[in-house]
Amino acid sequence: MEQETVIQEVLSYVVIFGTIFGAIGGAAVLIWFERRLLGLWQDRLGPNRVGPFGIGIVLADLIKLLSKDDWIPPFSDPVVFIFAPTAALMAMLLGFAVVPYAPDIHVIDLNIALLFFLGMTSLAVYSVLLGGLASNNKYSLLGGLRSAAQMVSYEVFMGLSLMGVVMLSGSFSLTDIVRAQEDGWFIFSQFLGFIVFVVAGIAESHRLPFDLPEAEHELVAGFHTEYSGMKFAMFMLGEYLAVILISSMIATIFFGGWLGPDFLPPVFWFGMKSFAVICFFILMRASIPRPRYDQLMSLGWKVMLPLTLVNLLVTGAVVLWA
Amino acid sequence: MIESIISQLRTVWMILKHTLTRWETVQYPEEPLNLPPRYRGRIILSRDPDGEERCVACNLCAVACPVDCIALQKTEDEYGRWYPEFFRINFSRCILCGMCEEACPTYAIQLTPDFEMCEYNRQNMVYEKENLLIDGVGKYPGYRFYHVAGKSIGGKDKGEAENESEPADIRSLMP
Repeated sequence: MEQETVIQEVLSYVVIFGTIFGAIGGAAVLIWFERRLLGLWQDRLGPNRVGPFGIGIVLADLIKLLSKDDWIPPFSDPVVFIFAPTAALMAMLLGFAVVPYAPDIHVIDLNIALLFFLGMTSLAVYSVLLGGLASNNKYSLLGGLRSAAQMVSYEVFMGLSLMGVVMLSGSFSLTDIVRAQEDGWFIFSQFLGFIVFVVAGIAESHRLPFDLPEAEHELVAGFHTEYSGMKFAMFMLGEYLAVILISSMIATIFFGGWLGPDFLPPVFWFGMKSFAVICFFILMRASIPRPRYDQLMSLGWKVMLPLTLVNLLVTGAVVLWA
Repeated sequence: MIESIISQLRTVWMILKHTLTRWETVQYPEEPLNLPPRYRGRIILSRDPDGEERCVACNLCAVACPVDCIALQKTEDEYGRWYPEFFRINFSRCILCGMCEEACPTYAIQLTPDFEMCEYNRQNMVYEKENLLIDGVGKYPGYRFYHVAGKSIGGKDKGEAENESEPADIRSLMP
């Protein structure tokens, strides 16, 4: 009995540190993978010089970022300026705490895991806002402004799009949501919710086509124009962590998480589904142009929100009568 | 609205189809480049089939050059052939436009499909005549300028060039 608790304790630490280092390492490798995949879709090669298949670029980038001058602009608000990238990274890492990798492999199985995830990803938006504001630079400010405009348009339907899933599974716990999908993934019964959540997820992680706060063609680099060195790396890492987090959430909520045929372990099924969603994210980046932010807002309020409400209504009716 | 969504989905599908197409990139230093023979690269001075310099130092190339990278000085040998005393091309200025080749009346100056001319010292980009002259005829085999031109040189007087008639005797009354 005593020995079992010790083993469980050790195992939980393994999962915690595995999550932290796995997520950060995965985000770093994802930068390389994304560039290779974009290259594939644009009929070019992408980075292939350093190491096998160019994967050494990850290490080279890391060395470059670590050795760069960590500059805080004298015209900025230093406290907020330093806090913003830290918040981006921390909020996203905390979001990983509730991801269920397999039936018993998770950092914590909260009964409000879904709300915790939504809260953490919403907190990450503050980093963009504060970073843009604290930089005291007009392009950064415009980036932060756009981030705020984007946030008020998608945060609403992002949460609402998941309520259909919650109704069907009767729980906010991600483990229960996965278990509820044993006789059918939610992508079939909640297709509208899935579409809306994917759009919101892309907007949440500030990825193309919804990278309006960054928009390097219009705003230099948007909210992180003034950032360099490790602080820039934290923003970057936060963005890629968000991609992985949202992908694993989509896999968990709509594709049945770890569920899959028995010949492979559940963790593998989870990983494969998340990987497929990540590839889809990169495909979106490779193909879809960026909308203007008034277009994004009108899409959010006039199309996505009504769609979500209809979805909610229909799901509610079905749950009531069936 | 629906139309534009379909248009976006079509875009996504078209990009996805590119998964199976091969890349366009040529990994140049490892993969050899296949340059066409008329590619305009490093400039050379060719010789005629007898091994004599084709250049007659007429300066037309230097005049045609838009960046003034060609410098030369005319001189003459004991047989009356004109040739450049020095011929200098500053390749750090040269834009490889090929105007000199077009201007050359004797096919002497020619551009070759070679462009790998990196130097650590800028002065090494200035090519002198001995760097420019090659032993071959370049793109025009069998062309000898003095054998088709009317100018008399040692061993070939007026009227002895190919397809050239005897010079008219201006003192004769005969047609």
